[in-house]
Amino acid sequence: MKIKKTKSRSKAAQEIDLTPKDNKESWVYSKTVKQHFFHPQNLVMDASKITDYDGLGMVGSPACGDVMKVWIKVNKKEDRITSMQWQTFGCGSAIGATSMLSIMVTENKGMKINDALKIKPQDITKRLDGLPMRKIHCSVLGDKALRSAINNYFLKSGQKKRLIEESKRLIDKIAKVTDSDIEEAVLDGALTLEAVQKKTKVGIGNPSVIPEVKQLIRFYREKYFN
Amino acid sequence: MPKSIYLDYAATTPTDPRVVKAMQPYWSKNFGNPSSLYRLGRVSQQAIAQSRQLVAKFLGCQPEEIIFTGGGTASINLGLKGVLIAQEKNSHLITSSIEHHAVLHTAETLHHAGHKISILPVDKNGLVQLKNLEKAIENKTVLVSIMMANNEIGTLQPIQQLGTFITKLNKQRLAKKLPRIYFHTDACQAAGALDLDVNKLHVDLLTLNGSKIYGPKGVGVLYVRRGTPIQAILDGGGQEKNLRSGTENVPGIVGLATALNLVNKNKIKENIRLIKLRDWLIKQILTKVPKTILNGHPNYRLPNNVNVSVLDIEGEALLLHLDQVGIQCSTGSACTSTTLEPSHVIRALGYPYEAAHGSMRFTLGKQTTQKDLKYLMSKLPPLVKKLRQGSPVNIQVQEITQAVQDAPRKIKILK
Repeated sequence: MKIKKTKSRSKAAQEIDLTPKDNKESWVYSKTVKQHFFHPQNLVMDASKITDYDGLGMVGSPACGDVMKVWIKVNKKEDRITSMQWQTFGCGSAIGATSMLSIMVTENKGMKINDALKIKPQDITKRLDGLPMRKIHCSVLGDKALRSAINNYFLKSGQKKRLIEESKRLIDKIAKVTDSDIEEAVLDGALTLEAVQKKTKVGIGNPSVIPEVKQLIRFYREKYFN
Repeated sequence: MPKSIYLDYAATTPTDPRVVKAMQPYWSKNFGNPSSLYRLGRVSQQAIAQSRQLVAKFLGCQPEEIIFTGGGTASINLGLKGVLIAQEKNSHLITSSIEHHAVLHTAETLHHAGHKISILPVDKNGLVQLKNLEKAIENKTVLVSIMMANNEIGTLQPIQQLGTFITKLNKQRLAKKLPRIYFHTDACQAAGALDLDVNKLHVDLLTLNGSKIYGPKGVGVLYVRRGTPIQAILDGGGQEKNLRSGTENVPGIVGLATALNLVNKNKIKENIRLIKLRDWLIKQILTKVPKTILNGHPNYRLPNNVNVSVLDIEGEALLLHLDQVGIQCSTGSACTSTTLEPSHVIRALGYPYEAAHGSMRFTLGKQTTQKDLKYLMSKLPPLVKKLRQGSPVNIQVQEITQAVQDAPRKIKILK
């Protein structure tokens, strides 16, 4: 009986040991992100050497903390992306997400352009085994840069009909805030009206637009964060 | 064991084994509630009284002017809210743009509660100027809160100069029947390195905590000069002169007092050692890593603080690479904050966002050696080079220095 008691006691002690067991392995992001961060695929180390490409896209600004530049090559006959190279000024998850995206669009002989245009940030996040919520916007930037490179390809190859219209809608005429500004703000972690207003000033001098802004915030929240 | 070089002493310090030893009896042996009248209670009560005396000696004040709290943030909240609540609505608080969020967010809350807030700008090195304080003072000003040393860039503020000015001004104000202005300083980062004599500094309230001085986390001090009108923000059993209700953290209080006592023993020697290491590292980074800028004042800075902006790269990426080779430091990049805003301190210096995203902080401490810093310098330049090669950005140092020069430096008013 005595032995049993000590056993259960030591078991109880184990249960309340709060030291993380996977101390060596734990990292701020998933293993997949880690792998892509330390060994980024298709990263361009010298942009001056890239002369042969079919489309070039660049989005973001250093001021926002992320800049993404993407070069693509296209198999015109099959309308497939055969190469996606990139550079980034960005954090660990931005590097990881763009590296993963470059794999996704070029694996299995390359993705059809129409399919590549359908890639959603969630698809990248899923392949990365998840990103912390406040990092979701990092996966959006790569996706946007790819779209901008594809658009550039359409333009260069004279496929005017396929050009993607940047459909921005002005929500607040006074603050000059569009729906895509609100989308950006939500992606940046502004999930309430106050937080979005802090970033965009939407509706501050124009309270009549607030109901619509609230609706958009709800829409983008569901789109990106469920 | 993988290599581990800790260069984030401004975030928190390891608890000194002597502090741990001093705390030891107050966990399971002398566990009594200090409010209890029997022997175990009296033992705890006495431990607190002795700790209070040690802290008072350190600050050059009376023991009854010391309030033990739950940490730096708790002290600041009590100091700012407690003083403002004791005044009528529409009272005026002045603070600076580079304060810790504990001060700035508390100021925002006070603003929502009906008080007026003025936020002083700083110069390109992070210094608050007396002329701006003079300009900001109004008839309804009741409290000024300026930090003694900044946690990110290490800049030391002229607290004594500001305090002397406020003391003199108060004499004139009393003659005019205007409210007295009380002066609070957040000395959390300064406590391990500077002289905190409250009378020399001319402060009425001072905050410090255990976790930055090799003491325990979760315990702090608020010095409140006798006669300062202040109200509790926690209601309860009335501990700590009714200003901080809740059963006292006896081991924490004993640990904090022990840590402060240890600071005084070796302060000057340790400061000299750290300044040497600091200046070596600054020089190394600025000469060996191209396109880097020192953030904060070159001379008026904490002995252990090095903060640089590394252009064209993002701080979190560099931080993760350094972590991979065993170096632990911090960054002002948005990516490591919860708000996705880059450091408000680096921004307040007048730096554009891009320079704030690439700011890196290395803070040294007791265990830091020249060898550690040499190891850092063997890793930093190649890692920066690698990240820059994969970066599509090319910012010139000139653009940043110009932006800093042109930055508007106005007093921000929340009313």
